[in-house]
Amino acid sequence: MTISLIQMALLTMLAAVTVAIIRQRNLFGVVILAGIYSFLMASVMILIDAVDVAMTEASVGAGISTVVLLATIALTGSKEYPSVRRSLVPLFVAAVTGGALIWGTFPLPRFGVQESAIHMHVAPEYLQHSKDHKMPPNVVTAVLGDFRGYDTLGETTVIFTAGIGVMLLLRGRRRRLKENGKSAGKGTA
Amino acid sequence: MKFDLILRVGTKMILPFILLFAIYVHFHGDYGPGGGFQAGVILAAGIILYAMVFGLDAARRIAPQGLVELLVPTGVAVFAAAGLPGMFKDFRYLDYGVYGHDFLHAHEWGILIVETGVIITVFSTMVAIFYAFADRGRG
Repeated sequence: MTISLIQMALLTMLAAVTVAIIRQRNLFGVVILAGIYSFLMASVMILIDAVDVAMTEASVGAGISTVVLLATIALTGSKEYPSVRRSLVPLFVAAVTGGALIWGTFPLPRFGVQESAIHMHVAPEYLQHSKDHKMPPNVVTAVLGDFRGYDTLGETTVIFTAGIGVMLLLRGRRRRLKENGKSAGKGTA
Repeated sequence: MKFDLILRVGTKMILPFILLFAIYVHFHGDYGPGGGFQAGVILAAGIILYAMVFGLDAARRIAPQGLVELLVPTGVAVFAAAGLPGMFKDFRYLDYGVYGHDFLHAHEWGILIVETGVIITVFSTMVAIFYAFADRGRG
């Protein structure tokens, strides 16, 4: 009862923050509101017992993303100019897409039902196995690091690729500019 | 933010705890929430906080850019290499049975090594991305 009340309050605040993000024209405000959104989302995750995901959401969504977005705003300027065109077609597209997504949730199993397909596939096997062999108590870690080690290796490679990509995009050009300008130097400036 | 006394002192007070918490999250991932990924992000957040308050050059002194960029592929290499020893001893790739005689012990070690690869990559990638953005801002 208490939990569902807190959940309702959190989800209401999520909706309010979303509306505020849409209406806000100052991009600095948008970034801060997005950080608040992430923290609210992290609280929702805690309520549904997904503590690992909540931790990731709080640190990545509210922490790192906010900083990177702020750094971007420092480069681009922080005012969003309202569009001069009529926005009927985008509104139509957004309404249809949103409607289709909501329609798509109807055949899904009800939230938290234990008999749904996602809980019947490999999850029971993992739980049983980690119980039998006295695996690390945090099954999430056991699944990520051990049962699905290949997947995690792939995820680490994805992060690596993202980092290399950003560095290529942002750093490569700067060096070229420097070389075109004054006498090229590889100092730290 | 060079002369903001409260921010500077506050940052210095809170920074050791951020770093300590990151290490706790990393090594306690077997028992509590968290693991290499979250720990890497928290560690990077500590460095980024330091850079925001004390300036980019100060941050570069404790986390040199060259080292950070070198660590990005190192983490993936650590992870990928963690699976190799088992292959020489009748285990499959990324089977941690080779790291000890006791099942739980071996797998805890394996997970720890793998998570170390993750923390290295996540930390260095986040800091490297931040450096790249902040550098552009300085023109």
